[in-house]
Amino acid sequence: MKILVCISNVPDTTTKITFTNDNTQFNTSGVQFIVNPYDEIALSKAIELSEGGKGTVTVLNVGESSTDPTIRKALAIGADDAVRINALPRDAYFTAFQIAQYAKTNDFDMILCGRESIDYNGSQVAAMVGEFLDIPSISIVKKLEYDGTTATLEREIEGGKEVVSITGKFIASCSEGVAEPKIPNMRGIMSARSKPLLVVEAQEIEAVSNIASFETPPPRGSVKLIPSDNAEDLINLLHQEAKVI
Amino acid sequence: MSVLVYVEQADGKFKKSVFEAVSYAKAIADQNNTSLTAISIGNVESNELKELGKYGAAKVLNVSSSQLTNFVNQAYASIIAEAATKEGAELVVLSNSFSGKGLAPRIAVKLKAGLIDGAVELPKIDGAFSVKKTAFSGKAFAITELTSVNKVIALNPNAFGVKEAPVETVIEDFSPEIKQGDLSAIIKEIVRATNKVSLPDAELVVSAGRGLKGPENWGMIEELANLLGAATACSKPVSDSDWRPHSEHVGQTGITISPNLYIAIGISGAIQHLAGVSSSKVIVVINKDAEAPFFKVADYGIVGDAFEVVPKLIEALKAHKG
Repeated sequence: MKILVCISNVPDTTTKITFTNDNTQFNTSGVQFIVNPYDEIALSKAIELSEGGKGTVTVLNVGESSTDPTIRKALAIGADDAVRINALPRDAYFTAFQIAQYAKTNDFDMILCGRESIDYNGSQVAAMVGEFLDIPSISIVKKLEYDGTTATLEREIEGGKEVVSITGKFIASCSEGVAEPKIPNMRGIMSARSKPLLVVEAQEIEAVSNIASFETPPPRGSVKLIPSDNAEDLINLLHQEAKVI
Repeated sequence: MSVLVYVEQADGKFKKSVFEAVSYAKAIADQNNTSLTAISIGNVESNELKELGKYGAAKVLNVSSSQLTNFVNQAYASIIAEAATKEGAELVVLSNSFSGKGLAPRIAVKLKAGLIDGAVELPKIDGAFSVKKTAFSGKAFAITELTSVNKVIALNPNAFGVKEAPVETVIEDFSPEIKQGDLSAIIKEIVRATNKVSLPDAELVVSAGRGLKGPENWGMIEELANLLGAATACSKPVSDSDWRPHSEHVGQTGITISPNLYIAIGISGAIQHLAGVSSSKVIVVINKDAEAPFFKVADYGIVGDAFEVVPKLIEALKAHKG
């Protein structure tokens, strides 16, 4: 069994987000980069499914050479080998196209990735890859079981879940609950350095979107404190002043 | 260029977030002096379909084939893309719901369209077509330009509001050919709790964190939420400890929400949690610690013990209702 896991290089969750160049670019100065947390969940699941000689896990990233350290982190977690498609991940459409082109020439039983990246929150790539490859895609999966031929997935819906069964190739984007993120052990960290990392050139496709600029949310006013002895005043304020209840 | 809006149904009914998508699509259709067509897939009665006219849909394409009763994004994407082409609609709008997130990208690839996932405002059309959407898990917004001819916009719930724009509606049966290969994902079971308010759509949210000390103390949180008609939410440590389901986890590695009111009880306000709620209209913080970072972004705050404050709020609400 061969599993492909798509990973994205994102700023660590404690990062204070700022922009440069007249608010047109994300300011990377001083920023620590990590494997996107949801992709780590997908990777952990893939390793679980392929453990004990059942299969192999390849991680794939669309990025320039600056993402190599993040790719090595994924190898340390336990992937068998890695591929980097040498290009900036312009937008989800471009990224998904690169992934699909790679997957077309390499036979994978399933492709897993995180439900969204914590920088652009697109939730787009998995479903786009599915469409480019003409295979089923299930987005925002909370649970995944695989018996070698059929996958049973639970996806999140408002107020509940939907259970889906697929026999054959598919792509799933993973959310919390699919697996506990694996922490790289010493052996993993040592072997990550020598595991294969293949660099592949990107293929051209027309651009469909670009980010023109960024904005930060407007600052909020100062807090109106209510003494805890008069806590019930809050209800009146929310009703009459804030008009939210 | 007409506009096509996909109206997602659940058990034959349209939710508020779907009417929001119709209102949004109608506003864009008006901006372009063009008409709005809606497309519904599944078993929906004509009374419910006619409701779409209240929000501006002049035509509703009704796809009621029994093969499509359950949502399979691969099949639905084919149908919607075909409808868009048939109607000459260069813009497809839908709600950025969980199903929408799995569907919009497939429609975009079929139509070679740029996709705005998580729009919070109407498009600005001044030479370029750009839309503001959420980014960095709520820490920022990205003004994204779509440069393709065809475009898809997935609208965030509670970002635009429902606006009545009544028109006469015509319901048209639409029975496109269905590719069997599109139906290979088989729905085994659908579980939907009908009595609770769903968190991503909720206008009011009551959230609690480690300050509650244990899952056995959530009774008062649920009672407060019930009295307000609010959804319940929680912080990451609470979700990681399995005190509450993962679906309630709000924050950078949980969900991002933008309710009208967010009440945070016993949550200190780590940067990752704040990201998830920064677009809330009104934030109330209840915490024992006056130095809790959450107070810096709160509109109203009570420094006090949750176990004393929350019961007082519950009593005050009951008094109002009684």
